[in-house]
Amino acid sequence: MKRGERKIIRTTTWSAGPGCHGGCGVLAHIEDGRLVKIEGDPEHPWNQGRLCARCLAMTQYVHHPDRLTRPLKRVGERGEGRWQEISWDEAFDLIEKRLKKIREEFGPESVIFSMGTGRDIGPWICMLAYAYGSPNVMFALSGIACYSPRIAAVDTIQGDYCILDAAQWFPKRYDDPRYKVPKCIVIWGYNIPASCPDNVFGHWIIDLMKRGTEIIAIDPRLSWFVSRAKKWLQLRPGTDGALAMGFLNVIINEGLYDRAFVEKWTNAAHLIRSDAAKLLRESDLVDSGSASNFVVWDMVRGAPAVWDATELDYKQAGVKPALEGDYEVRLASGAKVPVKTVWSAFCQQVGEYPVKRVSEITWVPEKDIVEAARFYAESKPAAIHWGVPIDMTPAITPTVQAIANLWCLTGNLDVPGGNVISRYAFDAVAYALPGTKGVIKLKSKEADSKRIGADRYGPLNRFIWRAQTDLVLEQIFTGKPYPIKGMWIQTCNPVAGIGLDPKKWVEALKKLDFVVAVDLFMTPTAQLADVVLPSATFLEKDGLRSWWVPLQSINKAMTVAECKPDVEINFELARRFDPDFRWQSIHELYDEIIKPAGMTYKELQAKGWAFPPEGHPSTPYHRFEKGLLRPDRKPGFQTPSGRIELYSSIREEWGLEPMAHYEEPPFTPVSQPELYKKYPLILSTGRRSPVYFHAEHRNIPWLREIDPDPVIEIHPDTAKSLGIGDGEWVWVENWLGRCKFKAKITLVVPTWMVMATHGWWFPEKPGAEPSLYGVWESNVNQLIPMSFQGKDGLGAPMKHLLCQVYKASSSEETGNA
Amino acid sequence: MPKQPQYGLLIDYEYCTGCYACQVACAQEYKWPAGMAGMRVMEVVQKLPHDKAYLTYLPFPTELCVLCASRTSKGLQPACVQHCMAACMKYGRIEELAREMGKKPRMVLWVPRS
Repeated sequence: MKRGERKIIRTTTWSAGPGCHGGCGVLAHIEDGRLVKIEGDPEHPWNQGRLCARCLAMTQYVHHPDRLTRPLKRVGERGEGRWQEISWDEAFDLIEKRLKKIREEFGPESVIFSMGTGRDIGPWICMLAYAYGSPNVMFALSGIACYSPRIAAVDTIQGDYCILDAAQWFPKRYDDPRYKVPKCIVIWGYNIPASCPDNVFGHWIIDLMKRGTEIIAIDPRLSWFVSRAKKWLQLRPGTDGALAMGFLNVIINEGLYDRAFVEKWTNAAHLIRSDAAKLLRESDLVDSGSASNFVVWDMVRGAPAVWDATELDYKQAGVKPALEGDYEVRLASGAKVPVKTVWSAFCQQVGEYPVKRVSEITWVPEKDIVEAARFYAESKPAAIHWGVPIDMTPAITPTVQAIANLWCLTGNLDVPGGNVISRYAFDAVAYALPGTKGVIKLKSKEADSKRIGADRYGPLNRFIWRAQTDLVLEQIFTGKPYPIKGMWIQTCNPVAGIGLDPKKWVEALKKLDFVVAVDLFMTPTAQLADVVLPSATFLEKDGLRSWWVPLQSINKAMTVAECKPDVEINFELARRFDPDFRWQSIHELYDEIIKPAGMTYKELQAKGWAFPPEGHPSTPYHRFEKGLLRPDRKPGFQTPSGRIELYSSIREEWGLEPMAHYEEPPFTPVSQPELYKKYPLILSTGRRSPVYFHAEHRNIPWLREIDPDPVIEIHPDTAKSLGIGDGEWVWVENWLGRCKFKAKITLVVPTWMVMATHGWWFPEKPGAEPSLYGVWESNVNQLIPMSFQGKDGLGAPMKHLLCQVYKASSSEETGNA
Repeated sequence: MPKQPQYGLLIDYEYCTGCYACQVACAQEYKWPAGMAGMRVMEVVQKLPHDKAYLTYLPFPTELCVLCASRTSKGLQPACVQHCMAACMKYGRIEELAREMGKKPRMVLWVPRS
């Protein structure tokens, strides 16, 4: 290519760079090997030419003077900030030697492999960990509380996850004749246009609003959606579960549910033993019966009838199951026991949440709850789209059950414009989302037996193949049941972003024998490593993406210095750790992953993206009726009963409450009235900025200019009572610590809550300890504890803490300015 | 006599979400350093009766806006218009945009310096 000549490479965004969960098609303009411009790809069905601020700033990111460009070896003490550049060969040799030594002395499980949210490295960090032999892949957030708990909870009762239908399955999108625009979308705790999380392009919802969709916004904060919503439910943070139960209460009491769906597609008719609070099984009735089969009350014969969970049919012909009622059955032992239907138990449970009580819990007026529930139930189709606040509470699973019951009961599951079952395009699993089957697997069950938390938490053995983060942190200190000696941290920043109680993470990292950080820039976390490896943006790699639909290729447009794509780094080390590592090249690995799509990786690259055809399990709609969801191709769902489980047999097996309900979170005005006197404001965190992805991008000039300081939003009345003026620095404090924020006096928050932004550190400040890029000044995670995960190991209280706020003195406020 | 303007930008501020794509798209297109751009996004939180409020974002073309003549002459949209995540900006002849304005409320027509 001639000097100054421009080539334009078509590729797909994901992770490093914009930081996000990806999916946008872009055109990268390259001149003399440098990125000179990036634009949205107008032909791409995902974003249709649009592009966010973070991606549009890629020229400042890719060629940033502070990019890590060569491997670094620590030469001083940990955290001293003294580094020596080394070659890749030296770095690989050093890492191989040190990690093999740990493996020999303590076993492979003694090394933790840690990652952040929704990264393209999901499969590749698993590939490395599994080649090394460690089952301990960790998502570094307390309670694994981002997205995978929602997926696990929905899978528990539905067998498949589902998301808002914005016609993302079809090349023609909204114009596809199969599609219907939702009449109503419930936006549950989400400011989605700012961050495009969970593999949904946030502005699709704006596209739909222009096409007539009306919004119910559930949010304590006045978001953009709230201003444009038909109904706003301004709930107290953490009470989502109660609100959902209130919706169910209205919908059931007013008969607004789809009774035909409930009868045919849920386990509503299955019987529960009232004596043992357990589902009645065939094995209870006859000694030769199967414990996998369930029982209904047949209204025709006036006797129990067996639901065969393998055949997905009744064992006798002509059964008419009773939906309601209390009955008595004779067990194999001869004893007579009272039973009731799941539906009766479910309605009784829902009956415990009358709107008046729900209003008292949630602080939402009764009238608003009733009107919103009616509007949702009466709109056909209607969709619910939820955000990470659902995960960020210890009782995440019962909350998800309540919300998922809403779309099932209203007949909005897998219908056009509803909540549509989301599968990987062509069932090609590139992204090793927790629990998915794929090409990259741990070698043996035995190797998995030491995964931290798997012995304690059911979901970790069925849906989420990760170590439980809170237990990992504890185990680093206790060394029980086995010592933790090393950590591989890849594009993940627990000290500044994903880690709660971040000082504890620093202490933990310092206890380890060997720490590797792989990142694009030095971070507070990388400063505590022994070796730092420079990785690459999405523009510098060949990759692929099959996170739902479509299947997409990421096409290498350029290279930067000696930076290496994560997949190449991990591939090289995996080969060194595993004598049986079976791939010769990365493209060969990609070929195998996308084999179900019937094309090679090169062919996918030439296309850019591919949509699975009509009739494929990864293409909607009505798949449970067509038998497209289960391996046996029988109509139904991939649950133990083959039906949506309003009463979860899996939760019962785990010894957890099988039905939806509400639990008050641990640090609220209600659960901590004494603390609330001292800390009279609800502290919510994590409001998204459209120019940052979590702890990233503070060093990108175009982006930092837009959002220059760590901000806390305070209502004008609250600020006035505290003597705080707009733009003044304040301390935010609770029993765990304090940090500094710039007050933004705004009506978008209620008087009783403040909203602090998260992920703040200052790349312009000194990297060595004690500063660590000023991470202790404004990292709000210092005010949030670890180890408050839910009963199933999932969820953590991040959106509803307590605090007090007071003005910083003039000498203190210069720090961040 | 000053040149009569012919083109403008129609903003449907009902749908502007404050994503700042327009501002960064402009900075990229013209390689402006941070602090300079042909487009700025303003946030307006207006108090309403009964303890309510309304949040609006409004993109405003600054003295640096040249309406992307170099792009439009090639048949491309201005950088801000193409990348607008909410697709709430439209470039065109002033008369046509003025007619468009009559179709729904919460619109503003800018005729930048260009």
